[in-house]
Amino acid sequence: MSNLVEIRDLHFAYGDRPILSGLEMDFPRGKVIAVMGGSGSGKTTILRLIGGQLAPTRGSVTVDGKAVDTRNQAALYQMRRRIGMLFQHGALFTDLTVFDNVAFPLRENANLPEELLRDLVLMKLHAVGLRNAAMLKPAEISGGMARRVALARAVALDPQLIMYDEPFAGLDPISMGVTANLIRRLNDALGSTSILVSHDVHESFSIADYVYFLSQGKIVAHGTPQQMLASSDPYVKQFVHAEADGPVPFHYPGRSLADDLGLGARS
Amino acid sequence: MIMALLAAIGRGVREFVVNLGYGTRTFFAVLGASGGLLRRFRLVTDQIHFIGNYSLVIISVSGLFVGFVLGLQGYYTLNKYGSEQALGLLVALSLTRELGPVVTALLFAGRAGTSLTAEIGLMKAGEQLAAMEMMAVNPLQRVLAPRFWAGVIAMPILAAIFSAVGILGGYVVGVLLIGVDEGAFWSQMQGGVDIFKDIANGVIKSIVFGIAVTFIALYQGYEARPTPEGVARATTRTVVIGSLTVLALDFLLTALMFNT
Repeated sequence: MSNLVEIRDLHFAYGDRPILSGLEMDFPRGKVIAVMGGSGSGKTTILRLIGGQLAPTRGSVTVDGKAVDTRNQAALYQMRRRIGMLFQHGALFTDLTVFDNVAFPLRENANLPEELLRDLVLMKLHAVGLRNAAMLKPAEISGGMARRVALARAVALDPQLIMYDEPFAGLDPISMGVTANLIRRLNDALGSTSILVSHDVHESFSIADYVYFLSQGKIVAHGTPQQMLASSDPYVKQFVHAEADGPVPFHYPGRSLADDLGLGARS
Repeated sequence: MIMALLAAIGRGVREFVVNLGYGTRTFFAVLGASGGLLRRFRLVTDQIHFIGNYSLVIISVSGLFVGFVLGLQGYYTLNKYGSEQALGLLVALSLTRELGPVVTALLFAGRAGTSLTAEIGLMKAGEQLAAMEMMAVNPLQRVLAPRFWAGVIAMPILAAIFSAVGILGGYVVGVLLIGVDEGAFWSQMQGGVDIFKDIANGVIKSIVFGIAVTFIALYQGYEARPTPEGVARATTRTVVIGSLTVLALDFLLTALMFNT
């Protein structure tokens, strides 16, 4: 099977509030796939459904040919041992040092001698440029550095599938470029599949093999980055070129400003 | 009006039953997740150290002052009947049977319990528990179970420290300041306090309180809404529910243990 992850007719709702409807997505092995869209479009929810933290309301999510929501806890944990996830805000353990954060999945899931574990952790930290920050606590490093530590932790077990939730948010331009390259190189070196949820068009397009655009819980466009750059689809054009006018409204839907200010009644 | 009242009562009862059922299920899930702790007992000892450190000073100081007050009040009362020699017995029985386990549990709920709730709640708000789940690590096993057993083990130790310091407080006031006979103070205590009926029952009480207060603190943190307001409310609930549970359990246990 060439697709590591497949999503078919996926619907998801929080109570009565629909979040995702009718998604069809393929994530082929060895590829970097970007899922892009505005805030609240349901991107992070897709990652949670793939990781089994949420269950679909309808439809299916399969990882390695098996539906995620039908697995019991043991099977789910077995699947997750082959998945790395970078959370939107890093989600580092605040009571552990940078070193111990990266060592955590290794200590919990791999029975390695402490010396080997130390070398592995230092190599992961070296890859994100934070080897010399190993003994600091998360509170002692910047938000961007914390995100890089979380990246090192996400790939600590050399996972088969790596999910990145906004990996470029809060990074300075240098770290952003380095991180983008790192994601691509890690994917190629490990032979993994990467799912990249991001707003950042430039960095995502530079490393992704394929892009899905999501709006209000639906796929509105998909294709290679080159196809997306050349697309005349109004949503894609607005998003890619950061235009104020387009199908994506800036204002939350509701009453107009004139109505709120009572201007309509006066005239 | 009456229908609305009935509906509100029904809703309240249903919520209570649902919460009780979910809480009981979580309690057994924590017990079930405790199996691996024997291999990694360091996780528990770290938490005992952590929780003990949190509560030791407040427990010791409170125990001392409760002992002072018991010494004074006991002397005033016993003196009316010419029985001030029994002061040591009164102080020891009051502390080992009731005040040691109960006051320690109440202080524990306010000091270590709130700390546990806030810690777990903030871990949830910061997606640390979700991150753990995604790393195929069960938070019930890695986070809740070690803290639960640490609380259960720490509570009787803290209650013993409370009682011991309280007895010293009673000694300081009764013997050193007021002048009750030292030999009578200790010998009446030695003769009247039963190791099984008084001390062991007190230890059982404090273990039961340890189970209740620690689980309530952990459950409130685990089920807290992942917002600053949600964590603050959960912390308050820990103190309120924890304290009321201790007092209710104390009545129940006292009725069962000391009925003869």
